[in-house]
Amino acid sequence: MPKLKVDGVEIEVPAGATVLQACELAGKEIPRFCYHERLSIAGNCRMCLVEVKPGPPKPQASCALPASEGQEIRTDSEMVKKAREGVMEFLLINHPLDCPICDQGGECDLQDQSVAYGRGASRYHEEKRAVTQKTMGPLIKTVMTRCIHCTRCVRFSEEVAGVDEIGALYRGEGMQIATYLEQAAKHELSANVIDLCPVGALTSRPYAFEARPWELKKTIGIDVSDAIGANIRLDSRGREVLRILPRVNDDVNEEWLADRARYLVDGLTRRRLDTPWLRVDGKLQAATWAEALAAVGKVHPGSSVAVIAGDMVDCETMFAAKKLANALGSTMLEGRQTGLAYDTSNLAAVAFNSTLAGIESADAILIYGSHVRDEAPLLNPRLRKAVKAGAKVWLIGPWWDTTYPATHLGDDASVIDALPEDVASVFANAARPAIIIGGGALAKGGLGAGLGFAARFNLVREGWNGFNVLHFAAARMGGLMLGYAQAGGIGDIVAAAPKLVISLGADEVDWSKFANSLIVHIGHHGDKAAHAADVILPAAAFSEKDGTYVNTEGRVQFSEKAVFAPGEAREDWTILRALADAFGVTVGFDSFDELRAAMIAEVPALGAEGLADYGAIPAIADHAPASGVIGYAVKDRYLTNAIGRASPTLQRCSAELIHGVFQAEAAE
Amino acid sequence: MALADKDRIFTNLYGYQPWNLPAARARGDWDNTKALIERGRDTIIQEMKDSGLRGRGGAGFPTGMKWSFMPKESRDGRPSFLVINADESEPGSCKDREILRHDPHKLIEGALVAGFAMGARAAYIYVRGEYIREAETLFAAVAEAYAAGLIGRNACGSGYDFDVFVHRGAGAYICGEETAMIESLEGKKGQPRLKPPFPAGAGLYGCPTTVNNVESIAVAPTILRRGPAWFASFGRDNNKGTKLFQISGHVEKPCVVEEEMSIPFKDLIERHCGGIRGGWDNLLAVIPGGSSVPLVPAAQIMDAPMDFDGLRAVGSGLGTAAVIVMDKSTDIVRAIARLSYFYKHESCGQCTPCREGTGWMWRVMERLRTGDAAIEEIDMLQQVTKQVEGHTICALGDAAAWPIQGLIRHFRPEIERRIHENAALREAAE
Repeated sequence: MPKLKVDGVEIEVPAGATVLQACELAGKEIPRFCYHERLSIAGNCRMCLVEVKPGPPKPQASCALPASEGQEIRTDSEMVKKAREGVMEFLLINHPLDCPICDQGGECDLQDQSVAYGRGASRYHEEKRAVTQKTMGPLIKTVMTRCIHCTRCVRFSEEVAGVDEIGALYRGEGMQIATYLEQAAKHELSANVIDLCPVGALTSRPYAFEARPWELKKTIGIDVSDAIGANIRLDSRGREVLRILPRVNDDVNEEWLADRARYLVDGLTRRRLDTPWLRVDGKLQAATWAEALAAVGKVHPGSSVAVIAGDMVDCETMFAAKKLANALGSTMLEGRQTGLAYDTSNLAAVAFNSTLAGIESADAILIYGSHVRDEAPLLNPRLRKAVKAGAKVWLIGPWWDTTYPATHLGDDASVIDALPEDVASVFANAARPAIIIGGGALAKGGLGAGLGFAARFNLVREGWNGFNVLHFAAARMGGLMLGYAQAGGIGDIVAAAPKLVISLGADEVDWSKFANSLIVHIGHHGDKAAHAADVILPAAAFSEKDGTYVNTEGRVQFSEKAVFAPGEAREDWTILRALADAFGVTVGFDSFDELRAAMIAEVPALGAEGLADYGAIPAIADHAPASGVIGYAVKDRYLTNAIGRASPTLQRCSAELIHGVFQAEAAE
Repeated sequence: MALADKDRIFTNLYGYQPWNLPAARARGDWDNTKALIERGRDTIIQEMKDSGLRGRGGAGFPTGMKWSFMPKESRDGRPSFLVINADESEPGSCKDREILRHDPHKLIEGALVAGFAMGARAAYIYVRGEYIREAETLFAAVAEAYAAGLIGRNACGSGYDFDVFVHRGAGAYICGEETAMIESLEGKKGQPRLKPPFPAGAGLYGCPTTVNNVESIAVAPTILRRGPAWFASFGRDNNKGTKLFQISGHVEKPCVVEEEMSIPFKDLIERHCGGIRGGWDNLLAVIPGGSSVPLVPAAQIMDAPMDFDGLRAVGSGLGTAAVIVMDKSTDIVRAIARLSYFYKHESCGQCTPCREGTGWMWRVMERLRTGDAAIEEIDMLQQVTKQVEGHTICALGDAAAWPIQGLIRHFRPEIERRIHENAALREAAE
């Protein structure tokens, strides 16, 4: 713990801290462009210069200098002020100063810091540099003349995403940041460079010229595009969410966000169900709420009711639907739309027990039937960190590009019970061994095999739980906690042939199997379920309602309402409450607060933000063997849910980046 | 007293004899190198320290001390490396080239001795990309040395395993900076690294590394053979030994010559270059250490001792001892503007002050050359050079700033004259 002085104030800093961190601990603001907490240190912008004694009689880059005992740091001296002014001036001489037409305006580091640390006027009267336009794909808009060469985007791509897509060409003044041969940045985290870019060189292409940051209302939310539960901020103006940005949460998403979560935003205003629909003579016709509810009320299903929850619904909606089904005398609830039927008697056996942050400390990892980059893009950087720290990774299931060294063991789920001896010995000797079981393995009976693996290699030990199931649906863990699981999965419901099926945005179900049921779809997008539905009751998307979500770790998180649902659409719980009246039953709540209170009374874990305690995983002596070639559920990483499928941006990503379709664009 | 022929280290500087191994052996190279190695690491480093040899690449850091920074033994199994800087790209410098093409075995033998002294597993010789024939000679010389068992396994029968690799650069000045050279050797874009960590802690491939200039390494075997006291008998205190001077520009006979350190400038020119073109009165200014040191006007350089401290006293530096002599026919502003263009062209672009500042300085210099400027801009340029100097990752920023600072310090009246002249012309035209 070195002791040092910052501007005359003595402080103690943690060992290994840099001078910049020491200054921050002392409450001094150090301007910076290239330095970023989650990237390697580049030290190239030279904005963070401070005076350090002992040392050479010139200012030092504080981001790269280790703090050591007895240093005397000055951040307020004449030398430092001059150095900052000088660097600022250099950064601005070739900067176009086109702030009025720049999307970064208002949230631009260069703008802010030039106000705080720059000179008032320019002394540069030569010609300015201009850089030809670069192509970086459908998500990233480039204006490289604005680039200040901090290389944050280069370091992010290399270090966090693990793809060598962005780099610097040429040298000196002519240095340019570009993708190799101007290809699009193709990886699943590419748009994070937009957040990282301290200037307006890389901005969001779909969001171009949409809004200024000071016009936006900021609402905290939870991402529903996968089961990671990334923390997001919804920026809205009027009735429209204009963009989605990540929030910092070190336990979940650090400060990254997957492209498909960020850009589903324009899907929120397209293909919306904004009025009730009734199927009359085989055709859907617009109706009023009164007509629609009356039509459902006439069904008299008795207890022959099933509820199927979609991937993006919140716990409150599922709970309200459960209460409704219970009031009608049914317990047919299911959320695993595609037919998975793994055992859910112990929730610890279907959770990501290592935690997302904890998996970084694993030293041997078996990925069992999961395409992590498609199913949980934000988990892959964690695994990269583990590998950088020395972890070994093996993969069962069809090969995918991991971005870190990993050994492929085979495509068949049964491989897990016949591991090569060298692999088995690594797991036997590992201090923190882990398994990640994905949907691909769960579909082949992999849960029992995974639990067997956990027992064989003692994955749960003092201070470490290496047993992980990686879900794909944001609603999954919440649904399981609320009892949305039949022993035989959705097959049980098909077999029961219920008179009435309520779909809570269940767009991935094979509805042809419910041809003889009346299907009431409570959803927000005109997607697959809407095509099959007999009655459509328009509901709210995740951005239009308060809600509780539980991610694959069992982490309970709350999301808030950013905007109102469009048209006649209503929040889901009010629809379910109205259905209760239509059926003439009572469900025990009349307001959202009552609903939430009832839910927490039944499942207390849903009331507290943070990890739910599921207890220990079951000890399994022997298990039914897993078998069959593993297949991954995600066929197209951009179009995984109803909102994404409605989003022009993600459709374009899918067409250009996955299917290689070149889309002609008017000359800009 | 001139340096006697018997005291010359580089006896085939001009290539009058072949460069090959038999000829080199006849000149005394590889003469019982095993015995040098058997003196042991500590003795060799101590003798190098005693000789007072300061690095010949420009910065003048004591060579023996640099070697002593290397770890005595590997604590974690990492090998150590010696990197030899033959990326001689400084405008005016041409000494390493003569060693590479005429006396490569001095360098290879030096690599072995130095590598042994610092416990290095191998030496990488990074040759400037444009040195095509020189690299060919060096490749052939290394092959000869391997074939003769002088390097490689059990080098010279000493029981020490030592490899020498020759690597050709691609023509970037910045790769002469030690950490940029290491990056380039690793196959990356040649951009200097942040220090710390210093190469002696984590250099090439993350292993302890020492980067030395060709001349520093090539003189080592001779120093060890003839003894540190012999080497220290030349030059003033703190500036010991002999040195290759490279005199170019407006002298009668430009040449590369080995002389003792601290020789007065006038003696150096009179003795080896046949004097200044047009006589001593015609001398305008001298850049005494390659393009990156400030120029020194004629009056001050005349009697200055050509060594690290002597040139520092006149506000310049010895650098690589590449002496660029300019007589009064020189357009001094244009000369410095051309150097500014060089630094603008060679800046790697990594850090802000150098990337942006070199271009700015060059553009202003171009206007000062024609006089198309205002008097205040001279002061502004001076401030800009100060904003670059000392604010960059490597020394290229300093090197770009110093020549301009030297020009403004010594030739401000000339710059102002041009501005006034230009203004008068304009006025007349209007």
